[in-house]
Amino acid sequence: MTARLTGTDLTLAYDQRTVATGLDVVIPDGSFTVIIGPNACGKSTLLRALARMLKPRTGAVHLDGSVITSLPSKEVARRLGLLPQSSIVPDGITVADLVARGRYPHQKLMRQWSRADEGAVAAAMAATDVTDLAERIVDELSGGQRQRVWLAMALAQETPILLLDEPTTFLDISHQIEVLDLCADLHEAGRTMVAVLHDLNQACRYATHLIVMHGGGIVAEGDPSEIVTPALVEKVFELRCEIIPDPQTGTPLIVPEARRRVLA
Amino acid sequence: MTLPSPKLARSVRVGGWSVRLAPRAAVVGLALVVTAVAVSLVAISTGEFTVPVPDIVTALVGQGTPVAELIVSRLRAPRVVTGLLVGAAFGLSGAIFQSLTRNPLGSPDFIGFTAGASTGGILAVVMGGSAVWIAGGSLLGCVACAALVYALAYRRGVLGYRLILVGIGLNALLLSVDSYLLTRANINDAATAGAWLTGSLSGRGWDHALPVAGALAVLVPVCAFLSRPLRMMEMGDDAARAVGINVEAVKIVAIAAGVLLCGVATAAAGPVLFVAMAAPQLARRLTRSAGVTLAASALTGAVLLTLADLAAQRLLAPTQLPVGVLTAAIGGTYLALLLRKERR
Repeated sequence: MTARLTGTDLTLAYDQRTVATGLDVVIPDGSFTVIIGPNACGKSTLLRALARMLKPRTGAVHLDGSVITSLPSKEVARRLGLLPQSSIVPDGITVADLVARGRYPHQKLMRQWSRADEGAVAAAMAATDVTDLAERIVDELSGGQRQRVWLAMALAQETPILLLDEPTTFLDISHQIEVLDLCADLHEAGRTMVAVLHDLNQACRYATHLIVMHGGGIVAEGDPSEIVTPALVEKVFELRCEIIPDPQTGTPLIVPEARRRVLA
Repeated sequence: MTLPSPKLARSVRVGGWSVRLAPRAAVVGLALVVTAVAVSLVAISTGEFTVPVPDIVTALVGQGTPVAELIVSRLRAPRVVTGLLVGAAFGLSGAIFQSLTRNPLGSPDFIGFTAGASTGGILAVVMGGSAVWIAGGSLLGCVACAALVYALAYRRGVLGYRLILVGIGLNALLLSVDSYLLTRANINDAATAGAWLTGSLSGRGWDHALPVAGALAVLVPVCAFLSRPLRMMEMGDDAARAVGINVEAVKIVAIAAGVLLCGVATAAAGPVLFVAMAAPQLARRLTRSAGVTLAASALTGAVLLTLADLAAQRLLAPTQLPVGVLTAAIGGTYLALLLRKERR
């Protein structure tokens, strides 16, 4: 297994508050890695550190063998993309203009709109199915459409690695599945995808590699079918459950224990 | 594979160079330049003594009659040029801070920077300083005040509502300091300071225009580099970092440029309120661009200030109003009309 993106002995902290210590993490190339864990377990913090948004207190994140913060930021942005948890939609911007902004790391002051830029933006809009929305104002779109537009912007960046911080939050269930299916397509097309998700069943369904976090540490990682057990779920989420094969995919499906059994 | 080609921006490509074309922004920019030239010509040509437009050129190159030369080269042209430059500087400064704070209220005239410059200027007046001292005092006051606001508002590099709240607080504090200084000053100094405080272009000569021109010559290219990173940062710091922008460095450079522009402009014309706030908002609505646009804001600021100054001189002639009185009247009315149209 090769890995372009790794973190070694990471201590992550905001100001005085330490969120995680001693994290060793490997993102396998070509995987769809999902980071999961209860609230405040440090999963988004880990993703932010991998995306160089947060400088680790100790340890280092490596990209292609170099310490990520030692590489020019624009160079990193051509290899690794990030969809942040919340971004601000500029007033009055159109879909095409927003997606085009993803081309920033490929542009210079004197080369602001090459044919490669145009092609990448068109391809990104086609892949996320927002081509028909090109001239619409982003503010006026539905939540699901808007998230597809943000994904298109990240795609236009044309990075082999794409990190997503809770891409399904604030979406209703059908749009959650739509976004995750899109991520699975992008993974199949050859990208390494890393996402922070909330829903354990969705994580099991889509992840090829699962990283389970608890209290600022990594408690399990690997193929969801091999690592997700009732004992793990109880330990991490303090939830007693049964695990059955997902009738659609065969992946683990977590069924929480009911307080009152209806079926005897 | 051919993809269905959506209507993306038109572009110009020459060799390895390429720029995106926003037709509306280009037309609006051109219209603003034409308006600025037209307003300038009217301001220089008309008044108590009319100088026909062709005579303006001959006077400026030193071939006109002595009277025309005096009126054009010594009196009216420097005033108009100072107005254009100061307006552009205020417009740029306002655009930078509105972009950084992602809020129209983040303008230097709301968050205490202009107030800092005023207090510095009044201090210089009260201490009996010359015009150079007043200019220096206001520039220094602006920089000191900005440093104070930044230090008080700094928290993990976030420049948002905290900066605005701290700035508004300091703004109020400085206004009371100004009042105190005016009550302690002798009557002549108080009158000078009072006139300077409303913001005025009256009696401005080349020695006022030149420092602003020098500052703009350095800072406009800086703004050209800042323009695209600032636009990306309007989407959030993480979104900007993700595409490879060194957010902290851009913030420092942008703040420095914005403070200097505001300070230099105030040093030349006094604290002309509202241009820095209104120009970027007007420019954005005129160009219909997303977010704050630096170039259009500078042009709008220049037009707004010269137009206001022309009106201030002619509206109640022979009574001369300070331009600060009219920037708010003209800019505010126009902005209110645009907002009303937007609501519908």
